[in-house]
Amino acid sequence: MNEALPNFELLLREALAPVEPPADLVERVESALQAITEMAADELEAWELSAMRDPRNWVRPAAALVLGGTAGTALVLLRARRRSRVTRQRNAAAAGAASLERSAERALRDFAQQARKLIDRS
Amino acid sequence: MSQTHTAKPKDQLDAEFSELYRAHLRDVYSYAYYRVGDHHDAEDLTEQTFLQAYRHFERAQRESHGRPLRPWLIRIAHNLAANLYRDRSRKPASPIDDTTPLSAPHTTEQLVEGRDELARILDGVRRLPDDRREALIMRFALGMDNREIARALDRSDGAAKVLIHRAIKQLQELVSEEAPKE
Repeated sequence: MNEALPNFELLLREALAPVEPPADLVERVESALQAITEMAADELEAWELSAMRDPRNWVRPAAALVLGGTAGTALVLLRARRRSRVTRQRNAAAAGAASLERSAERALRDFAQQARKLIDRS
Repeated sequence: MSQTHTAKPKDQLDAEFSELYRAHLRDVYSYAYYRVGDHHDAEDLTEQTFLQAYRHFERAQRESHGRPLRPWLIRIAHNLAANLYRDRSRKPASPIDDTTPLSAPHTTEQLVEGRDELARILDGVRRLPDDRREALIMRFALGMDNREIARALDRSDGAAKVLIHRAIKQLQELVSEEAPKE
């Protein structure tokens, strides 16, 4: 074992080599971030102030407010990069749409939970 | 004396977050992969890490006082991974599925020997206590220094240094126990 000692950290570095994220993960994360921001804006536009009087309607706009307040005008650079890929991805549109929908659902669910916590606290 | 913070314009914050995302996507994914042991969970963990980071980015920037944000990102991933295990009440479900992430060319003999040894090392890493395993992932997969590791694990620089030293020592012992007898 002692003979291997000087090389051990080199081997460890090789064993734990950085792992490149799969291309679809890159798309997925960028889509999710973009979806969050766009949904926030859409939700805010769609909801009339009068609807806010009914507590049953609070969760969705509250989620949108949380997202919109934090995310602001979205990831401009990410969006630009993503749009540049649209042409290449048209053939995979169906699969991509499903993936985006899943990401968006997951993201909304996550943030809706946060919104509920905020409402509970207030 | 009160301190006031001037909020950055949103487009500037967004551009800076994009920068952070591009710079550290591989770090977060590598950490997640070695931490949870499979690609599917690693992808979910990476996605959730960046979504959460996005929500708290402005505050993190404000409180970082110009220090790098990589330890903060890895800390988010660390907490999410802990939640994942707590929720599922389990350790990594399966062995790390690719034990040969080597990119440099090797001769066949070197490759076979290397795979065996690297596989033993990865197996040893999996058997380490969580904090030691994480410290080694941060050091060797992500190339973080003691100070960054200390921040990510919320420890002192000295404690991080000791943790890494002990992790390497324990790992060497585990690997040598598993080494084929000649």
